[in-house]
Amino acid sequence: MKKNFRAAVITFPGSNCDRDMAVALEEVTGEDVFRVWHGDAELPADLDFIALPGGFSYGDYLRSGAMAARSPIMRAVVEAAGRGVPVLGVCNGFQVLTEAGLLPGALMRNAGIRFVCREVALTVENNQSLFTAGYMKSQRIRIPVAHHDGNYFADEATLDRLEGEGRVAFRYAEEVNGSARQIAGVLNAAGNVLGMMPHPERMIEQAQGGIDGRVLFESAVRGLVGA
Amino acid sequence: MKVRVYVSLKNGVLDPQGRAIQHSLEGLGFSGVQDVRAGRLIELEVDDTVTDAALDEMCQKLLANMVIENYRVERIAA
Repeated sequence: MKKNFRAAVITFPGSNCDRDMAVALEEVTGEDVFRVWHGDAELPADLDFIALPGGFSYGDYLRSGAMAARSPIMRAVVEAAGRGVPVLGVCNGFQVLTEAGLLPGALMRNAGIRFVCREVALTVENNQSLFTAGYMKSQRIRIPVAHHDGNYFADEATLDRLEGEGRVAFRYAEEVNGSARQIAGVLNAAGNVLGMMPHPERMIEQAQGGIDGRVLFESAVRGLVGA
Repeated sequence: MKVRVYVSLKNGVLDPQGRAIQHSLEGLGFSGVQDVRAGRLIELEVDDTVTDAALDEMCQKLLANMVIENYRVERIAA
């Protein structure tokens, strides 16, 4: 069964945005999405896109994303990312990507201690990436967040490097969680891995209040298979 | 043999939980608390054959996040 667009969503025990992520990808690609369990050792062949969803994998034991990052399927995800397969991590997925070493920095407890669950304003900092090509540079968009540990931390040298290399994809346009330099989403050096705390999969149709998140998925699909 | 692993935030890393605890202590009327840093204590029961190098590796690969945390390993005589 060769599909036109082969996307996979990984589910960890405690993931709770995996179905939303799959629906978003199915809406945009018109294809069924592979659902992959954390205990699987292998990914489906020839994937075009891998998504790590939000949630509370392994109950956030030890640190958010720490256990999931060491689960069997993540070895395959790290290997695929190394081959250039696009990987999107949202919320807990972002935490997993930092814990797995695919993205620099760490996501710490929100500066205000509280869980933050609301729509926030973001600024698109880099619109040259696979995931963000459909936005305009410096575009103001609105996407919801829902997290307790979204306070992005990296040392100053790392932050300077991320800024200098255009790897800050999104920045909060308002105070949300105490993140260093208001960073909401970062890219890896090769540009094929994006981690972000806001949930683009929750903004894919007008009934959800807007389509600012849909643009991200459309950008990736267009970039991978052509318009 | 019992091993205790103390995981703490690196200097310079802000600790929102420590800040909140400090605030609560002040609220309870305790004065003179200048700073609070919250960490984590992990106790392991290991075979005597487990080397210090192996314990270090456990800490670096899982028990601590080296981006934000330090760790200290302490062997407790049985």
